Amino acid sequence: MLATLIRLLGDFDLAEDALHEAFRAAMEQWPKEGIPANARAWLVSTGRFKAIDRIRRQARLDTPLEAIEEPGSLAGDPARQEEESIQDDRLRLIFTCCHPALSPEARTAMTLREVCGLTTEEIARAYLMTPASLAQRIVRAKSKIREAKIPYEVPGPRELPERLHAVLQVVYLVFNEGYSASSGESVTRVDLSDEAIRLGRLLADLLPTAEVQGLLALMLLHESRRMARTDPHGDVILLEDQDRSRWHPDLIGEGLARVEAALRSGQSGPYTLQAAIAAVHAEAKTAEQTDWPQIVALYDRLLDLEPSPVIRLNRAVAVAMRDGPAAGLALIDRLGGEDDLSGYFWFFAAKADLYRRLGEAEAADAAYQRALELTRLEPERRYLQKRRNALREK
Amino acid sequence: MKYICLGYIEDKYFGQLTEKEQRDFMDACFVYDEELQRSGHWIGGEALQPVATATTVRFRDGKPQITDGPFAETKEFLGGIMILEAADLNEAIALMSNHPSLKMGGTFEIRPSADLSALVADSQRRRAADRHRAADRRPLSSGAPPAAPRRR
Repeated sequence: MLATLIRLLGDFDLAEDALHEAFRAAMEQWPKEGIPANARAWLVSTGRFKAIDRIRRQARLDTPLEAIEEPGSLAGDPARQEEESIQDDRLRLIFTCCHPALSPEARTAMTLREVCGLTTEEIARAYLMTPASLAQRIVRAKSKIREAKIPYEVPGPRELPERLHAVLQVVYLVFNEGYSASSGESVTRVDLSDEAIRLGRLLADLLPTAEVQGLLALMLLHESRRMARTDPHGDVILLEDQDRSRWHPDLIGEGLARVEAALRSGQSGPYTLQAAIAAVHAEAKTAEQTDWPQIVALYDRLLDLEPSPVIRLNRAVAVAMRDGPAAGLALIDRLGGEDDLSGYFWFFAAKADLYRRLGEAEAADAAYQRALELTRLEPERRYLQKRRNALREK
Repeated sequence: MKYICLGYIEDKYFGQLTEKEQRDFMDACFVYDEELQRSGHWIGGEALQPVATATTVRFRDGKPQITDGPFAETKEFLGGIMILEAADLNEAIALMSNHPSLKMGGTFEIRPSADLSALVADSQRRRAADRHRAADRRPLSSGAPPAAPRRR
């Protein structure tokens, strides 16, 4: 309804107030007169009339009488609206909130607030900000949408791939923010991962392209491991050490179905390939039984699309699982020469692990030491320290 | 809606081109300008002479101070401005995304024009009221001050 009112009124704040007033009117009238047959249309119509009233009142205060006219954007009877155009309105809202002319932080805040319906306070808590500074961010974004005239529309076919990429990025950022949140605080935080999955489902309903399905699958497959990925102290448990019976079978089932659909379409991009990698893990009974050749092949395809040192590092680890730690180490050493990974703690953690498996305790210890110097997050520190201690006890 | 597009360029790109490449680039820009004019999106635009020709005026110690420059340290400088008529920001972005100078390393800052008509109308009303008050006061200046301003 908010999405429709924004289209009809052409202004976020006006639409929010209008919806608020429509609900208030419903609380007064519905108990007396009964709930209208099409409650949604009633609310949209009422909200629209309240807003027009408000525009007229304001106009009378601000400008000479002759300047008052019915705004053109208010034409059309929203009560006649088809289901299809309701969906269009939701898509318009998503694309406007994720417009690349807004700062990345503003896109996230606007999406959570306008599309997911979270309150400013909830978003601020989730991002560990003060409500005042988050509200500032939203006010600035709305004012840019209004003043620079960012249109309320789904981009045309030429711009769509690029713009959809921006939308998916926002959704994945929200997911990761929720996924890597420390467990201690998760009680008081809005569950951002859930919101991201809900957004992913909405997008998959509205615009089921391969990458939309792929991103949703990726999130579902990550989410399926949530219970298994930390121990009771909140420490990280790596994939290979997780108790796979604690993985969520329904989420895996849906994730696998969606990633298969995305792969079948032949339009798969980076999200689909990452989801496919997660799917191979999800299908393996144990770390040893994982189809490592398949994972290496998927990383190769991912590297063709998105050459990045971090993906090359992940591929090297997969090669180590396929061909043994020595082969992985050789690759990693070559990576260290080509890319600058000297500030990336996983680079040294991966190296340490491979030395450990080769039985080279001294080299492993030195690599753990480097990794420990680079990490700032407490759970990561504890994980590395534990690994290092285990090495020394042997 | 009017959008003012500030075009920034870096000297190094243009300087590296052969004469023919420079001519081809200019042609591409002019062709695009004409296209924008034909489609009705072009409101106006000017190219700027190099920064070396710039003069700065500011107020210092109660009088205008004129200096050479500015010679900012940045490599990018404002090379021209264009005023576009576009339905919304998406259209303005689409139009400027096709501009040949982008491929030459140029960038455009797209800014919506500010509608000052309400401020101008306010100001005009204020000045008119001031004039009326001044006119009211003049005939009374030699006599005793009135208890309240007289209305006309």
